[in-house]
Amino acid sequence: MRNLVAVPVILLTVILQSAVISRVYLLSGIADLPLVMLAAWALQDGVDSAWHWAIATGLLIGFISGISWVVPVAGYVSVVLLAYMFQRRVWQAPLLAMFSITFIGTIIVSLLSVGVLQLTGVVLPISDVLGLVMLPGVLLNMLLAIPVYAVMRDLARWVYPAPEVE
Amino acid sequence: MRNLFPRTLQTTIIFLIVGGIMALALGGYFSSASNEFTGSLVEIQAWFSARFLAVQDFFTSPRDIASLRQRNAELESEVAELQAQVIQLQQAVGETQLLAALVDFVRVRPENTYRAAAVIGRDPSPFLHYVIINRGSNEGILRGMPVVTNQGLIGRVDAVIADAARVQLITDPASSVNVRLQNAETEASLIGSVTGDLMLEMIQQDIDVQQGDLVLTSGLGGGYPPDLIIGQVVNVRSREVDLFKQATVQPVVDFNLLKIVLVIVNFKPVDFDALLPVPTP
Repeated sequence: MRNLVAVPVILLTVILQSAVISRVYLLSGIADLPLVMLAAWALQDGVDSAWHWAIATGLLIGFISGISWVVPVAGYVSVVLLAYMFQRRVWQAPLLAMFSITFIGTIIVSLLSVGVLQLTGVVLPISDVLGLVMLPGVLLNMLLAIPVYAVMRDLARWVYPAPEVE
Repeated sequence: MRNLFPRTLQTTIIFLIVGGIMALALGGYFSSASNEFTGSLVEIQAWFSARFLAVQDFFTSPRDIASLRQRNAELESEVAELQAQVIQLQQAVGETQLLAALVDFVRVRPENTYRAAAVIGRDPSPFLHYVIINRGSNEGILRGMPVVTNQGLIGRVDAVIADAARVQLITDPASSVNVRLQNAETEASLIGSVTGDLMLEMIQQDIDVQQGDLVLTSGLGGGYPPDLIIGQVVNVRSREVDLFKQATVQPVVDFNLLKIVLVIVNFKPVDFDALLPVPTP
């Protein structure tokens, strides 16, 4: 039953991404709210359903977007995988982990997008991709990281309350 | 009689003295003394008046400030409501102007049938240039239908569901539109890019392309109806080593401000798949 909270959260995130975030440009880059949301959710203690969230969000984004559904699904699953790795093995500072996952995850999703588009015959100049799309996108995602992390932390505490210590 | 005289004399003398003093005063001979006197009186009265007003303010001002504050809050609230109304009316005026322009566009092109749709979203990927509109197959929208605004061509329908559709803009890097240059009377291919810039390619070297030339759809290939305005040539690049010239096109439509678009629903794009040769084993 706890996973039912994913339905409104994912829907709201995807709607916000398509209706609002995608209209806010920095050069030619835009923020990726679902990616940041998934990274923040996967970093929370006790959360074990981030895989399902990533697949569901990726399929929904793939349905809306003109790009192949493989890109968002693979990209978001990679982000969750990164978050689990950082959370369990490397970092103890959650915000630092959040920034790192956002940075690496944005680059992974961008490279996947470029790769798939190149395979389908779309010509993308690497200089434009790097300077005008990827780096502004990384910056915008970094700006979103802290507020989204705070929101997802509160949501995780509500969904997975800490056990009372006697 | 003896008593009467001195009394009458006294009264007369008093009148004379008073009359004399008044005459002297009116004549200005006592001005310094009278000024001193009246000045003192005025100062005393002013002192009392000031103290009275101070006391009166002390008792009445708090009530006035409270009422003024309340009135100020009411007026500020009213101003905020009016400002909100102004913004709503400005939005309504903007939409009305946009719709009027679209109606004018439809009137001058009666050969086409249009379906108006609102832009409700954009593609979540920064590498693609698509918009999502709020009309779908329930309203007769089909894949491949051209989409325009009152200014010119914006793209064509790429995918459709019941109540929404995805439109591939001509600025998309995967988009290719066959166009003609009105002044040069030549045809070329218009390609989008990841940054949203439009490039004209496949222009023959011997064709004279000038800055400001109008770019229109040619209709070649059957993907778009002919003579839809796209933009103007702003820059031409020609090198002798290249087979073709290139040109940058400034679109007439501002793709960042798309709100309402028109789908040409009576245009059937030509499907060339049936004409392609099938490889035989």
